Amino acid sequence: MASAFRWSKPLLGDVLVILVGLIFVTCLFKALWHNEHAAKLQIRLGDKIYATYSLDQNRNIDIQGPIGITRIVIANGKARFASSPCPNQYCVHQGWLSHKGQAAICLPNQVSLELLGGEKPFDSLNY
Amino acid sequence: MTQPSKNKSIEIQTTSDDHRIAKLAAFAIGLHLIEAVLPSPLPGVKPGLANIVTLFVLYRFDFATVAWVSLLRVFASSLLLGNFLSPTFALSLSGALLSLAVLFFAQYLPRRYFSAVTLSVLAAFAHMAGQLLVVRVWLIPQSGVAYLIPIFMAAALVFGVANGLLTNYLLRINQAKLDEDKG
Repeated sequence: MASAFRWSKPLLGDVLVILVGLIFVTCLFKALWHNEHAAKLQIRLGDKIYATYSLDQNRNIDIQGPIGITRIVIANGKARFASSPCPNQYCVHQGWLSHKGQAAICLPNQVSLELLGGEKPFDSLNY
Repeated sequence: MTQPSKNKSIEIQTTSDDHRIAKLAAFAIGLHLIEAVLPSPLPGVKPGLANIVTLFVLYRFDFATVAWVSLLRVFASSLLLGNFLSPTFALSLSGALLSLAVLFFAQYLPRRYFSAVTLSVLAAFAHMAGQLLVVRVWLIPQSGVAYLIPIFMAAALVFGVANGLLTNYLLRINQAKLDEDKG
């Protein structure tokens, strides 16, 4: 009976699965958490690239989307949705974006922001 | 005393399998409810204790029983917690379905090399993936959630290993008890 209370020895496959899991999680951290500051802001309207601006110059951008005017602000190397006519305001609440790879989307008005660095860290994300 | 023709009572025939599934599902529901009241640093990061029951059932019984127990747990817990058909329920269901799908394939891994720890880790990852899918597609359709994915997956790995070890431990105790009963 006493033997039943021992923990079972880890099996080879278990150790492998845990190691692969650790590598997977580490890769996720590396892929999704980067602290490099972005250099450019790319704005998309619908399925087209609307414009690409440098984050070095402060400016306000007004974009006419399907349901109204979305205002985007670039200031001090950061960018955000300042106002948007969408009902849920997810995009505005997301606040300032400053790191490479960050993105904010206003689906109702079909406007999306993506911060670019010198080069894109990834082509697309699927999860 | 009885009036067979007038008072027709509906009688549901239950088998011993039904009773066993109900009993096991009750365990899973209990763990699920306990977990629901535990505070969590991030919504969605939970130990997933009910998975211990799921894995235990997979080893002691069969996959059909697992599917019953797991889905009954999701539906009954949501009714008890009052979030049936709410986003929380959708998260729970999609997680359970995806982890069931993974377990369906993972159960054929050779037992010599892969114990409940492997199944638990795979199920935990699948559960998380199922939830994140619903979050992305339905609840928060923006990529800002991407920053939380590594944390969720790291939690899935840690709790997956812990639950797997606990399941191995329970299976051992259970086996020892079965051996004792036999003689």
